[in-house]
Amino acid sequence: MSHAPATPVGGKLTTPFFNFMALVALAGAAALVVRFAQGLGAATGMTDGYAWGIWIALDVVVGTALGCGGYAMALLVYLANRGKYHPLVRPAMLTGALGYTFAATSIIVDVGRYWGIWKIPTYVAWWNFDSALLEVALCVMTYVMVLWIEFSPSILERWRASGTPGQRSFAESAGPRLDRALPWIIALGLLLPTMHQSSLGTVMMLPFSKMHALWFSPLLPLLFLVNCLFLGYAMVVAESTLSSTGLGTRRETRLLGALAPTMAWVLILFVVLRFGDLALRGSLPAAFVAGKYAAWFWLETLLLLAPAVVLLGRNARERASTQFGAALSMLAGGILYRFDTYILAYDPGSGWSYFPSALEILITAGFVAAEVMIYLWIVRRFPVLSSATPAESR
Amino acid sequence: MTTLTRRQLLQGAAVAGAAGAAAVAVPSVAEAASARARQPGDVGLLYDSTLCIGCRACVTKCKSANNLPVDAMNINGVPYDAPDDLNATTKTVIQVAAQGDRFAFVKRQCMQCLDPACVSACMIKAYQKGPDGVIGYDQSRCLGDRYCQIACPFNVPKFQWSKAVPVMVKCEMCRHRKEGPACSEVCPRQAVVFGKVPDLLAEAKRRQAASPGKYLARIYGEHEVGGTQCLYLTAADVPFETLGLPKVDGTPQPHLSTSIQHGVYKGMIAPVALYAAIGLAVWRNTRKGDEEKKP
Repeated sequence: MSHAPATPVGGKLTTPFFNFMALVALAGAAALVVRFAQGLGAATGMTDGYAWGIWIALDVVVGTALGCGGYAMALLVYLANRGKYHPLVRPAMLTGALGYTFAATSIIVDVGRYWGIWKIPTYVAWWNFDSALLEVALCVMTYVMVLWIEFSPSILERWRASGTPGQRSFAESAGPRLDRALPWIIALGLLLPTMHQSSLGTVMMLPFSKMHALWFSPLLPLLFLVNCLFLGYAMVVAESTLSSTGLGTRRETRLLGALAPTMAWVLILFVVLRFGDLALRGSLPAAFVAGKYAAWFWLETLLLLAPAVVLLGRNARERASTQFGAALSMLAGGILYRFDTYILAYDPGSGWSYFPSALEILITAGFVAAEVMIYLWIVRRFPVLSSATPAESR
Repeated sequence: MTTLTRRQLLQGAAVAGAAGAAAVAVPSVAEAASARARQPGDVGLLYDSTLCIGCRACVTKCKSANNLPVDAMNINGVPYDAPDDLNATTKTVIQVAAQGDRFAFVKRQCMQCLDPACVSACMIKAYQKGPDGVIGYDQSRCLGDRYCQIACPFNVPKFQWSKAVPVMVKCEMCRHRKEGPACSEVCPRQAVVFGKVPDLLAEAKRRQAASPGKYLARIYGEHEVGGTQCLYLTAADVPFETLGLPKVDGTPQPHLSTSIQHGVYKGMIAPVALYAAIGLAVWRNTRKGDEEKKP
């Protein structure tokens, strides 16, 4: 079975949407000036009670999970040997590389003493192996590089085809070497997210005395791992649907339809693990205590169970709108689970509350806008989407 | 807030096992022992809420001994140094717990846990326990990621939110002063006593025994979160929770998370083995001149 090769989408970059994104990114950059000149207190809603806000909970904890499309697809293609999904890998690697780069950049903005970050990878003698956060930091730093290397064949391909003479000779010498190393880099790309996505769950086990019983679990590492898998698949579906709508490329409905049962079973696994754990430890009654905790808990559960049911049905194999709706619901439920674990379920005691400030939200929005802009620039210039290839050339 | 009971926490070990999840195997959670036993040289504070008159001499002396600025609050148009909680300019504070027309004071500062969450949290060991068990902070290692604040069961470390070049602020038991902590030195009522922890425990029990019925028959910090070096006494009718001390059990805060980190990453054997297995599988699945499967 042969796939259509990926080709650049081409076309005009500066569409009104792109220009709007540029505006948001600029506003975010302006807000960054306040954060770096006056400190975190002036720019954010964070306090000594809620020392972590949306920059950690959304930009890092959710942002990296949304970048797990590459990880989730690579598991299928390279480990389970399902080659037919290969056309979905390259755009997923790009989304992953951008998502992780954005998360890593957000960390620089969030930590108070950012100029010392270089000490984490270099001062090996200082490493504290008790700290799940250290494991996350080292893995994320490495994985950002791994993702860009995994994506680099797309850049080399373009340089070989239509680069300057310098680019062409570089691509010709680096290409074969990269090909030989790729299996081991891909394997690293499978190992690292397994480690740090589970560790993102371990991070919130340390403050267990401040955690709500519906979110605290000794299974947090496993739950976060399964969660990043279905968020990864949902991102692949959402991204494919959005690019075919926004960029006018071919729809990949059949391929995404084939993925539907896998997605459904991962969702079911997550819900079963979560409920099983809560029930066995006797924490489930907390889900029936009226109030905000139970409300968010059931909303998360519904947002994940509904798409699981839909994805097992026939419509999900044939209808793009069904696939897209299911993916959006999975994204909402999965994101909410992560956000709730880091913000809602965390209770530092009476007297503290957290709501992000306008500048804080603007900086996050600016990063997302910049990420979308870079994505659009790359898919228009470099061979990423095989759905951009006209059908007759298959 | 539905808080976790110790039972729920421990049952987690059984669940983790039942799920057969190799990635989260929790070794020996059942014996929730402290990682560090009490040492004879450990020093700490004993605070006796029944003796404290709320004069706040300790708060003022702490500020001058640690070069901390005032936390000014206007009361009837007059500015006072009146911190209401630990913060970036306050390493110890006296708070009042009122119950009807009765009230009691409580002093807050770092508890100097035997198995501290801040030490466990910090990526590059900006917090380390000294030979006397006091948790020292080294700002040259601090990245300001504030995981210590998330981790601490007592919400002790504070961050300089208003500074572009911030550090963390917490009581280090005046380890820069030869004469020991400033707060205990100025207490006029022996409500704050500094000393070796075994002596402090003995003194606390002596006070409890000397005035039957006066004290609650418990010493906060003797067993909480696996033991702390700062200890509290309270009146028989004023529970520690009323004073604002969190209700925690004897499990050291870092116990579960470090068991997982150590279990999974011990000697990096599991990750390396997993990498080798994945590498072989990927290599097998991509050889056969399979151009199509290049990313």
